[in-house]
Amino acid sequence: MKAAVILLPGLNRDRDMIAALTKISGQAPQTVWQTETSIDDDVDLIVIPGGFSYGDYLRCGAIAARMPVMQTVREKAEKGTRVIGVCNGFQILLEAGLLPGALMRNASLKFVCREVRLEVANANTVFTQGYSQGQVIRCPVAHHDGNYFTDADTLAEIEANNQVAFRYTADTNPNGSLNNIAGIVNKAGNVLGMMPHPENLIEPAHGGSDGRALFESALGLVEA
Amino acid sequence: MIKARVTVTLKNGVLDPQGKAIEHALGGLGFSGVDSVRQGKVFDVVLETSDRARAEAELKAMGEKLLANTVIEDFSVEVI
Repeated sequence: MKAAVILLPGLNRDRDMIAALTKISGQAPQTVWQTETSIDDDVDLIVIPGGFSYGDYLRCGAIAARMPVMQTVREKAEKGTRVIGVCNGFQILLEAGLLPGALMRNASLKFVCREVRLEVANANTVFTQGYSQGQVIRCPVAHHDGNYFTDADTLAEIEANNQVAFRYTADTNPNGSLNNIAGIVNKAGNVLGMMPHPENLIEPAHGGSDGRALFESALGLVEA
Repeated sequence: MIKARVTVTLKNGVLDPQGKAIEHALGGLGFSGVDSVRQGKVFDVVLETSDRARAEAELKAMGEKLLANTVIEDFSVEVI
């Protein structure tokens, strides 16, 4: 499977993401600048990395979500192409309406940069099939606005549809997210947004490789 | 030219940790009668049109499409 990485001004995890995808898939991802509207036909996985697109002006991800490339991402997602948004990428997917809810300022009002524990809340998605249900993995987080919020009806719907892919373990929730939500998928299951950074834990040099199975899953490298 | 102000506030029921922090800071400054603080954003927009109805419609569309995130925020438009 071939991947593409979306590039926007102010992102800073793009090179980490490109390195992770290159190492795991064996080929360099296509890179697509924000004003481009063409993503190669053979791309099966689109990734929006983390950072601070447009300096977090207005709201995190708000400006990026309205750039031309996002219309292409939306069209591809509707046709079933897999999409992952990490950190700012998650914020962008929410602002673009590709995922439900919003990410607000951390409850502590502090930027958090640390390692958390994630429970795999649904191991039946195309992104998490390389993990076992309920498995607890390590993952780094680094964000100021990761406090997942949505109205009660939407939250109930997300839970009922098993759209929560990852939860922070109760004692490591770094931001006050409702139901300890760290990552969700859309209803169709082909769009994932998550605050933690799995691309920063894919090999021993990172101090662990718990994030690797996510990319192996998304790239079709594990048995379903 | 029409001058307008778009005010964006958090919806009722949405937690506002920044508002809470401001509330506490006011208490620390000796303002003892503050019951609560909710913070938001103000956008002053100048439109080239002189058609008030059209300006209001445009500003409403701007609020919905960009200025507010209607998942968590409400907005109001005031032509000044």
